[in-house]
Amino acid sequence: MTDVAWIDAALTSARPQALGALLRYFRNLDTAEEAFQNACLRALKTWPQNGPPRDAAAWLIMVGRNVAIDDIRRGAKQQPLPDDDHAISDLDDAESELADRLDGSHYRDDILRLLFICCHPQLPATQQIALALRIVSGLTVKQIARAFLVSDAAMEQRITRAKSAVAKANVPFETPGAPERSERLAAVAAMLYLIFNEGYSASGESINLRAPLCEEAIRLGRLLLKLFPAEPEIMGLVALMLLQYARSAARFDANGALVLLDDQDRTLWNSKMIAEGLALIDKAMRHRRTGAYQIQAAIAALHARAAKPEDTDWAQIELLYGSLEILQPSPVITLNRSVAVSKVRGPEAALEMIAPLAAKLSNYFHFFGVQGAYLMQLDRNDEARESFNRAIALANTSAEADHIRMHLDRLMLESKPRAKVAIKAKNKAAGPK
Amino acid sequence: MLYAILCYHDEAVVGGWSKDEDDAVMAKLAVVHGKLAQQGRLGPVARLLPTTAATTLRKDEPPVVLDGPFAETKEQLLGFYVVEAENLDGALEIAQDLGRANPGGAYEIRPIGVFHGAFQP
Repeated sequence: MTDVAWIDAALTSARPQALGALLRYFRNLDTAEEAFQNACLRALKTWPQNGPPRDAAAWLIMVGRNVAIDDIRRGAKQQPLPDDDHAISDLDDAESELADRLDGSHYRDDILRLLFICCHPQLPATQQIALALRIVSGLTVKQIARAFLVSDAAMEQRITRAKSAVAKANVPFETPGAPERSERLAAVAAMLYLIFNEGYSASGESINLRAPLCEEAIRLGRLLLKLFPAEPEIMGLVALMLLQYARSAARFDANGALVLLDDQDRTLWNSKMIAEGLALIDKAMRHRRTGAYQIQAAIAALHARAAKPEDTDWAQIELLYGSLEILQPSPVITLNRSVAVSKVRGPEAALEMIAPLAAKLSNYFHFFGVQGAYLMQLDRNDEARESFNRAIALANTSAEADHIRMHLDRLMLESKPRAKVAIKAKNKAAGPK
Repeated sequence: MLYAILCYHDEAVVGGWSKDEDDAVMAKLAVVHGKLAQQGRLGPVARLLPTTAATTLRKDEPPVVLDGPFAETKEQLLGFYVVEAENLDGALEIAQDLGRANPGGAYEIRPIGVFHGAFQP
């Protein structure tokens, strides 16, 4: 790698810790960001000559802080200096001492706080994600706008709005207590999964544009897991994301059409990601503190472990969906469980199970897609066609609609040969004796 | 003499490589591996999963199982080689070859005391 590429990677990886510490120090997001930015500029100037510092994050914190304080002293900013209590020593040889202090407990809460301010409950999900990608990941507005398929100006506005909401939200800067910390952790985990899904639910041309969202969510998940290594739900979350993302190369065909799990070429699955996901869920289960991410990861793990679709342990998957239903009752989860039921006890049982969901899921694409599939398996083709037509009307993406159309085409094809067979049989019967 | 070459690097940096960057490093390393294998000097090679996947067993009585790697360090053990070299100079030469293909981080070269046969998973 070239110098610049190396420095770029180091800056990205140091960003959450450095920015988190600067935020604790200045208690103002804009000042902290500017300080970090200035520190990065200095790094680009001095690191190629002097070589990389022993601890990039500590270097950036110290330099960023000093530059910002100089600015404030010069009167460029009408802003009071923070108390000396919070001051970080600016002696040149303070780096190692600083690094030791940062290795302590502070930086864990700094990074958690930085992530947490992005998922303030008053912010809509799309703003949370955009803010986290901008502030924590350091993606440019342009990069985020591309991933969300909106203009740069619209994204700029979205992030500015989110930032001012966050500034008003007054997230406390004191070290959080244990209950508060676990609340923050849960909120941050939910936000990371949102980022992941934003990337994972992409289809068509946006797949490549949005894949970085999945990768960023996994990267931040690993970071969180490093900070909180004994949290089974964080292990579950990272495992879930890895196991799902491992399948991405097999999820769409060359034309961008969705390929169902059963039809995927499993040799395209990323075995390294699967190994990591399986290792994490394995570790998580030992804690015997179940949670929604762990259960979903365990389901994904059963799919990942099956070399062929027919090797899938559907009975176990049904049990896991059953536990998930108890933990988070939702018609969507019942719908998912019905898929396992159809494999274990047949489409009739599955159809019966989803019948009560019809009212609640009357606007849900997947409900009609799944219902149509069961009906098709039962040879109730007219009803199946009706369900598929409703699904197409509710499809969110063109890939979803195309996928259902493929089922409809299959129905057409299936009804034709059968008709031919019937005619042949008739001919045979009517033929010469 | 057998040597272990233990590979240390900042996991966040290596984990941050794009697939292309990762592939490029692996392709360069493959050339060095090929050369060593041809000379019959390459033993088992392992690239480890991230330290977040690690578990530590403290052999106390009773034993204690801890999540995470044994040591929290700035650079992590990310993989290792077992190679055959005449002496430390030879092992260092191999490590330098590997290092040119995969810069950054550090290699710890440790002579091996006892070595039992490897298995192919």
